[in-house]
Amino acid sequence: MRGRIVLGLVGLAALCVPLVVPVYQVLLMLPFMAYGVILLGLNLLFGYTGLVSFGHALFIGIGAYAGAVLTSELGVRSLEAVLAVSAALGAAVAAVVGLLCVRYVKIYFGMLTLAFGMLFYTFLLKFYRWTGGDEGMRVLRPALLGLDLDGMPKTEYLAGPYYYYCLGVLVVATALMWRIVHSPFGLCLRAIRDNPVKAETLGVGVTRYRWYAFVISAVYAAVGGALLGPPTGTVDPTLVYWTHSGNIVFMTLLGGFASFFGPILGAFVFIYLQDLVMSVTPYWRLVFGALLATIVIAAPGGLMGLFTRRPTDAAPSA
Amino acid sequence: MTAGLVTVVMSGVFHAAILFLVAAGLQVVFGVQKIFNLACGSFYALGAYAGVSAVEWYTAAGGPPAFFIVPLMVAGLAVGLVGAVVERGLLRFVYDRDETFQLLLTFAIVLMLEDLIRMTWGTAPRSTSGLYLAYGQTRVLGAIIPTYNLIVIAAGLAIALGIGWLLTRTAFGRIVRATADNREMAEALGVDMRRVYAAVFTLGTAMGTLGGALVIPATAAMSEMGIELVVEAFAVVVIGGLGSMRGAVVGSLVVGVLRAFAIAVYPEVEMLVIYAIVIAVLVLRPRGLFGGGAVA
Repeated sequence: MRGRIVLGLVGLAALCVPLVVPVYQVLLMLPFMAYGVILLGLNLLFGYTGLVSFGHALFIGIGAYAGAVLTSELGVRSLEAVLAVSAALGAAVAAVVGLLCVRYVKIYFGMLTLAFGMLFYTFLLKFYRWTGGDEGMRVLRPALLGLDLDGMPKTEYLAGPYYYYCLGVLVVATALMWRIVHSPFGLCLRAIRDNPVKAETLGVGVTRYRWYAFVISAVYAAVGGALLGPPTGTVDPTLVYWTHSGNIVFMTLLGGFASFFGPILGAFVFIYLQDLVMSVTPYWRLVFGALLATIVIAAPGGLMGLFTRRPTDAAPSA
Repeated sequence: MTAGLVTVVMSGVFHAAILFLVAAGLQVVFGVQKIFNLACGSFYALGAYAGVSAVEWYTAAGGPPAFFIVPLMVAGLAVGLVGAVVERGLLRFVYDRDETFQLLLTFAIVLMLEDLIRMTWGTAPRSTSGLYLAYGQTRVLGAIIPTYNLIVIAAGLAIALGIGWLLTRTAFGRIVRATADNREMAEALGVDMRRVYAAVFTLGTAMGTLGGALVIPATAAMSEMGIELVVEAFAVVVIGGLGSMRGAVVGSLVVGVLRAFAIAVYPEVEMLVIYAIVIAVLVLRPRGLFGGGAVA
């Protein structure tokens, strides 16, 4: 009950943000919401299935570059179309990559995903005729729900319609993921995480279920990646670099991977804290590295772990 | 024709010698502590900057250019002591944790060191202008190679043999290998795990920092050089097999030489080839060419 009240208040606050908060802070909500979607997917792998991907930025890049190619090269401006194509591409690539990756666990899974991520990064960087190389590609302002909003001033567009669009996507993505993790399928994933041998004995197709989780999380990352492009108007290969993959795992841990809403909280705190620290010192990596080290050593449950004492259904992978 | 071929191969072997040092540091740490150290590239960058500073100081103090390699190597090795600080200050708290946490802790070190380097040495690339050719050039099978490259290749070879000797022929090496094989048993037999771990991690770090220092006369030090090299070192250990020293030698040669050929023939595919091989090895032979688990 208390959880629902908190959730309702958070939802209400999110609806009011563009009305009461300075526009700069509203614009920071955009990457937060995009990362929120990405991390929901990542945590299906990390928190619920016990697989840590160090190459998930690959799928963020697929979504982001799909948005760039569609809007600026192919003249497709509808954001619904962009999201649908991103999701489909993410799923298609993850279906193949996942087949190879999910046969392994632990460090080998992490290394293989990292290698695939860097493969795509190198492709984006070197084949500049198609990808713009390190300068990246432009993302033109997408039309929302069929409405062409090109006449609007940029910040008004981003802090208004685009904000609510992203919020809508985040809400739908959250609701869907809630259903997924609380379904028998989600239960199977947790069983696999806690004891793959036992799960297999009980008739759960361990590899197949890991593969499903991998593909679903890739779709989330691609959709989130597609949302990252329009606010800045460009995408570039750093989105796919291995340190970006590391950062999103960092965000998940910061919020708490053992809780459903932990990763979303992690994305929120990461984005706003990064903005705050960068306004004080250019050395935000030093501060964030120290923060990450502190979390790993002293508070592996992340921020959610500090709030809730009750053991939750998601626990660290063994 | 042969001259061109030799030039490409030698530049690949030079790169392989540097890569070997970093990858071997990664291997020895993984073999014993079972930690995949993402910060090995950052140590490499740290060594590079320390090397630049040492050589600048040496030149300003009027040291003869012929011996610049001495302060370079001393600085590279000395700054490796940072490994002891990192191990005692951070890593020792997570030995019993899940490897995800260990990996993320080394990622935290990557983030911190990157900014510490920027704070200390600034963001502009730093190089030791002019010293690269202080030893002149040598003609090898018709190709002209900077003598410095040959010195580094010889040093890499000597260090590889030295590490092999250390691990297989000395008491310390026996203890390290025993720990890598079975930590509990080694501990039960009276091995002080804290000292072994601190020593091994410092050794691994010093190899990385030395590699960074040695590369310096040939290229400028940049703050991103660490996070770029770590993926190459990663490719080396995957190809060679995690934890294997012989694997580090072969893996470095494969990555270094292939990359040199790719750059010479078709630059677009430079690292693409390497990652394709990494994926092929992981899929077909996940333990690598020499993987078995133990060091040596």
